[in-house]
Amino acid sequence: MVETWWGGLLLPPVLVAFAVAGAAFDSVLTARAAGAPARPLRSVVGLLAQRRRRTAAADALLWRGGAIALVVAAVLASAATPLGHHVVGDLSVGVVWFNAMEVVAWAAVWLVGWGSNSAFPLVSGYRFVAQGLAYELPHMFALITAALGAGSLRVGDVVAAQRDVWFVVWMPVAFLVYLVSVPAMAFFRPFDQAAGADAGGGVLAELSGVDRLVFIAGRWLLLVSGAAMAVPLFLGGGSGPLLPGWAWSVVKTAAVLALLVWAGRRFPTIRVDRFQEVAWLVLLPATLVQALFVSLVVVAR
Amino acid sequence: MWRDVVFWACAVLAVGAAVAVFRVDSMARATFALLASFIATAVTVLLLDLAYLGVLVVLMMVMEMVVMAVFMVMYMMNPAGLMPMTMVHNQRGALAIATGVFLLLATGVLVTPWPESAAPRPADPARQLGEALMGDRMPTMIVLGLALFATMVSTVVLATDRGRYDRFGDRLDRDHPHDPTSGGLGR
Repeated sequence: MVETWWGGLLLPPVLVAFAVAGAAFDSVLTARAAGAPARPLRSVVGLLAQRRRRTAAADALLWRGGAIALVVAAVLASAATPLGHHVVGDLSVGVVWFNAMEVVAWAAVWLVGWGSNSAFPLVSGYRFVAQGLAYELPHMFALITAALGAGSLRVGDVVAAQRDVWFVVWMPVAFLVYLVSVPAMAFFRPFDQAAGADAGGGVLAELSGVDRLVFIAGRWLLLVSGAAMAVPLFLGGGSGPLLPGWAWSVVKTAAVLALLVWAGRRFPTIRVDRFQEVAWLVLLPATLVQALFVSLVVVAR
Repeated sequence: MWRDVVFWACAVLAVGAAVAVFRVDSMARATFALLASFIATAVTVLLLDLAYLGVLVVLMMVMEMVVMAVFMVMYMMNPAGLMPMTMVHNQRGALAIATGVFLLLATGVLVTPWPESAAPRPADPARQLGEALMGDRMPTMIVLGLALFATMVSTVVLATDRGRYDRFGDRLDRDHPHDPTSGGLGR
């Protein structure tokens, strides 16, 4: 892995480009479903021009702070994610770092829900926190399984361990659980109760103008960071024929992101009480069995 | 040089945010001021090249402070700070105890003859620390871990409102559990 100082400058624009592409793809799918002409990203312009809505006795510091924390954490989450052979910082604990930054979303959603001093956002913020462990535990075990297979928490080592066989081949359960838990951690469809229509728009209900844009951008960036991390953890990083490493990373990340966006449209929002039970009784034991299998393989080798 | 700058910035931020915990009048603000203080402390741990411990402190503290915010708001009489609220009680007693403990610990730090070693720093200090703490006491730690886990499970079992007999009947012979909310598996 090559660490370069300009990698840190390049990371935010690359993530934003992926987020914009994902949002554009999403709006094209929406338009096709509705039979209307696609106008990707038109709402961005609208939000930039919109005036801020105010609520009585809002805690503006926490309200805005939550949205900003979401964007910052979503970008930092990719600091240890390699693009081909290039990485901003190949931390010795990159996998834990990624998870630590993802978890900031819990605090961010709760803060945005709390800050507006309005009932529906508050309820939705609490809902997300209540779901937190059901999302986080399977996610964490999926991450740990990949680290276990490589015997290292360094993302560079995880990529190197997949030189012969990609981890998705012998850890398919961990990969599937990872794909389910990434949109959950990013409260993206079909896990979007926190920002869902059933509670008047959830934490988004009172957000308007630039604040809303920042928060929604943060959510897209978090989804992109999750999709990008799937590539070094399970899909062999930048390895592939003909194309250079960075190009394979881009192609694979785009494929995972497109899959998540498409799947998010295929399924209706999953009710929290349904998913809670599935997470604890199906996903968590499945990831534990997968981790046990990987441990046995690692010990036997 | 840059380590000194980062250390002092984080030290000032940690103490400043910790003071803010007792100055703000909203439970949510107090909780997240405490989180800011913990994160600044985590950066000083990272400066010691203890990457795992430092990142773990961030991960655990974000989760814990979010959970704590929920509980503190639940327990406080005036959580949102709509009326003047204070985090400080029994000010004189607290001041005396805090000053006493601080002086005791600071004296300990200055008086203790810390060992000096010429040996180079190991490649992975966290691993060395773990082995020094648990190396020859691994069975004890494993038993302790199991005991802690058993305690957690039994606490949850004792605290739970509805057990399997409520859900599946006295003979556990119901096909579908009786639950107040539907959804999930097999319903």
